[in-house]
Amino acid sequence: MEHTPPPFFNRGPAPVVRVTFFVLLSVFLMVLDARFRYTEPLRQVLMTAAYPLQRAVLAPVEAGARIGDYFQSLSGLQEENAALRAEKLKAAQDLMTLEAVRAENAQLRGLLDARERARSDAVFAEIVYGSRDPFARRVVIDKGFTQGIELGRPVIDTEGVLGQVTRVTPLASEVTLITHKDHSIPVQVARNGLRAIAYGTSDGSAMELRHLPINIDVQNDDELITSGIDGVYPQGLRVGKVVRVDRDATFSFARILVTPAAGTDRQRQVLVLRTTEEAPPYPAAEEPAKRPAKGKKARRSEG
Amino acid sequence: MAIYAPGQRILLPVNPWFIAFTVLAAFVFDMLPWRDVRAVPDLLAVVIVFWAIREPRKIGIGIPFVLGLLMDAANGVLLGQHALAYSVMAFMSVTLSRRILWFGLPAQALHVLGILLVGQLLMFAVRMIASASFPGFSYFVGPFIAAALWPVASFLMLAPQRRPESVDETRPI
Repeated sequence: MEHTPPPFFNRGPAPVVRVTFFVLLSVFLMVLDARFRYTEPLRQVLMTAAYPLQRAVLAPVEAGARIGDYFQSLSGLQEENAALRAEKLKAAQDLMTLEAVRAENAQLRGLLDARERARSDAVFAEIVYGSRDPFARRVVIDKGFTQGIELGRPVIDTEGVLGQVTRVTPLASEVTLITHKDHSIPVQVARNGLRAIAYGTSDGSAMELRHLPINIDVQNDDELITSGIDGVYPQGLRVGKVVRVDRDATFSFARILVTPAAGTDRQRQVLVLRTTEEAPPYPAAEEPAKRPAKGKKARRSEG
Repeated sequence: MAIYAPGQRILLPVNPWFIAFTVLAAFVFDMLPWRDVRAVPDLLAVVIVFWAIREPRKIGIGIPFVLGLLMDAANGVLLGQHALAYSVMAFMSVTLSRRILWFGLPAQALHVLGILLVGQLLMFAVRMIASASFPGFSYFVGPFIAAALWPVASFLMLAPQRRPESVDETRPI
């Protein structure tokens, strides 16, 4: 007792003790997170706490854009207006045919007694920042479950499919890009309707179509669209373009590289879709009736 | 009481609010929407290491741990990955602070490079165990850039402590 220092020299536990405690704590947290996913509430609290900071970062960028808009010259706007008018006129024709085709389609579908394909509504969102993690391709958008974002929603931009919502917090959500290593998306070659699955590559910059035979009918510059068979991505969204097809006979499969159509480095505005289409129910599990034990029991009860 | 490098003037005591401000600014810097994060140094780690070396009693190991948790949540990575790296980096800085402050700025930068590389290696190991794929050697470029920025960073972050204590109104500058 006499040897303890007076309280004003007290510095608490030694650094070694502290660092051991915190290292053990972080390893504990990582195991909880990776194996059991118990840490989601804590993560949501932390993400919400960091959210004001992230908005603050973007404020100067947005202010700059607004000032730029203000000083945009009148002639520039007039030019743009004229170009847009011309474009609208051109689009009007397509629109009229589209209306006609849609009506015709509805009629035919009604005749075939097919379910009307669901039209999805969307939530507009902006990319706040890209994850600082070179291992994983993710972005964070500025809408959370308070704005009606749900887990698993597809996210698109004007060029094509961007990814899928994989984590939702009250004010922000995380989108895993389609180029992420563990992400896969069912696609269809627009030219011939061939279905395949596009997987993200390990460096997260492109996608590839795996497990397709060497003589498959896929060419360079083939457009890929979503096939919609997974019930997550609606049908017909642009996914990307085939940039390389290697048909090496020493491998059993062709190596097909695809660049995504959407890009996080080009646009900040995205749409989060809500697909109202309900997936058909899973086929019922097979009855385990052929098991010998059960059969014996059944026979015994019969006899 | 810190020991300062030879030829360096005696500094004013640090303002805790300035520490908080630099930490906040570094966090905001890390949150900026960078196009390629590999070449952008983790400024928060540099600030933590800086204050842990300069003021080992003000910024301990607990604060870096909490900051690391915030980084994990904001980046959507495994919860505890940055926390582990930051607390180990802070520990190394706190224990080595007496030694590092004896050196001039270039030699200090070498020490800091070592500390930052240990942190980066820890995060790398965590990710490899959690079954990620190898991100390429460019993953380790960040600490080198951060260490190269060390003299600038320490000049800037010590500037408020270098002011004269009594303001001379008649001085021209």
